[in-house]
Amino acid sequence: MITAEQKPMDEIREMIAPYKKVLAVGCASCVAECAAGGEKETGALASALRMACKMAGDDKIIHEKTLDRQCVRDFIIQLDDVVKDYDAILSLGCGAGVQAVAEMFDEMPVIPALNTEFLGETREQGLWVENCLGCGDCMLFYFGGVCPLARCSKQLMNGPCGGSQDGKCEINPDVPCAWQSIINKLSSFNALDRLEKIYPPKDWSKKHGGGPRKIIREDQKK
Amino acid sequence: MLEKGEFAVTAECGPPKGADPDVVLKKAEILRGKVDAVNVTDNQTAIVRMSSMAAGVLLKSIGLDPILQMVVRDRNRIALQSDVLGASALGIRNMLCLSGDHQKFGNQPQAAGVFDVDSIQLIKTVKDMRDEAKIIGGEALTKAPEMFIGAAANPFADPLAFRVIRLGKKIAAGVDFIQTQCIYNMDRFETWMEMVRERGLHEKCYILGGVTPLKSPGMAKYMKNNVAGMDVPDELIKRMQGVSKDKWKEEGIKICVETVERLKVMKGISGVHIMAIEWEDAVGEIAEKAGLLPRPVIYSNEQRV
Repeated sequence: MITAEQKPMDEIREMIAPYKKVLAVGCASCVAECAAGGEKETGALASALRMACKMAGDDKIIHEKTLDRQCVRDFIIQLDDVVKDYDAILSLGCGAGVQAVAEMFDEMPVIPALNTEFLGETREQGLWVENCLGCGDCMLFYFGGVCPLARCSKQLMNGPCGGSQDGKCEINPDVPCAWQSIINKLSSFNALDRLEKIYPPKDWSKKHGGGPRKIIREDQKK
Repeated sequence: MLEKGEFAVTAECGPPKGADPDVVLKKAEILRGKVDAVNVTDNQTAIVRMSSMAAGVLLKSIGLDPILQMVVRDRNRIALQSDVLGASALGIRNMLCLSGDHQKFGNQPQAAGVFDVDSIQLIKTVKDMRDEAKIIGGEALTKAPEMFIGAAANPFADPLAFRVIRLGKKIAAGVDFIQTQCIYNMDRFETWMEMVRERGLHEKCYILGGVTPLKSPGMAKYMKNNVAGMDVPDELIKRMQGVSKDKWKEEGIKICVETVERLKVMKGISGVHIMAIEWEDAVGEIAEKAGLLPRPVIYSNEQRV
């Protein structure tokens, strides 16, 4: 999933300051899973903003609405009828959601309430970890299901570097060494020989090196 | 030097945090005649300094043989390959291919780490440029660079068993020489060398053992606890603590000389790399006391370690 965290209140308040009527729009997908922009968080943020405005003597009107998916136009159209009543949209979607909404409504400022972080997993309650770069050419087979590009601080494809100690990364003892994990995992099913080969430089043109990417699937088109 | 079978001695010169060439030249002058070649570090510990290429050329201008350190942290494959060509054109003949300390440790922690290629891929890239006159992707060069290719190895990092496999990968990628991380834990180093010899890796590249003289017990503790991939045994810290403050440096040099003496007779070791951090004077003293002076003079058209 895509993970995100809410921006600081002061930053959000500064961005919405010029607008009288604001619609906070949540998203019930990824950002709900990471407790940043789902229905619950959208309601809480809208209340907190209303409260803060009231205390400051600002008569701003803030309403909220949560879409099932803010990055899919079929869902965004649910805003068609209400959007005209507002001066700005405060989006609690990820970066993709913010932009999808912004594209749909000309002349409507769309303000991000979240900082979008990474592609990751919910490891446990309250813990999300990054584990995918979206490189466009998955190599997880070779590395035992542990991605060195996303999880090694130096993106080594032929690691580990000299900073791996006691299974920890040199940059921070809280960061597990991805290469230690790769070696452990491959050893566990006798496939350590996959690491004897030298992996050549990554083809980054399949990531952002080739400019913004898109997927076109004729079979999916109507 | 290595190709002639001589026990090689290399040292390190960290370029300054400034544009003054005299700082480099002064450090270099101290090392003259004491070593065969000098590593010029590439923004070490991710701190902005004079470029290793420029400092390497300064060294060369006064007749020293530079080993250009190149880290993959700051440059993508276009810049790295371009610098290999540039270095060769400027007469630099040795290069050490490294990952580089993570930018988090330096004075630009907000920098984007490039890491477009890793150190092993860089070794292979330089080798293909040199031996086949080809860049990544196979396009031909009009003239191949000349470069003696080095890399680092850390026998003290984990996992130990994989350390030797990785050294094997560096050799397969095309490395000619290896400089190791500073050796303080001799037992662990011996274990590692045993594994190196079992695989016959010492016959496929020249291995230079790394040493760094300790200046104080505080430095020993700091390295143990704060420097990534460093293994300083407690006995050594105790030994430093056991002498009075005015004898610290002397004791540090003594320990270092003892290590060099052991490396000199160790099978598979082709030389030492003395990293006296901001203490260039120590290099000559260690080399002298370890019986490595005067350095043999080798006449050849091309300078190489």
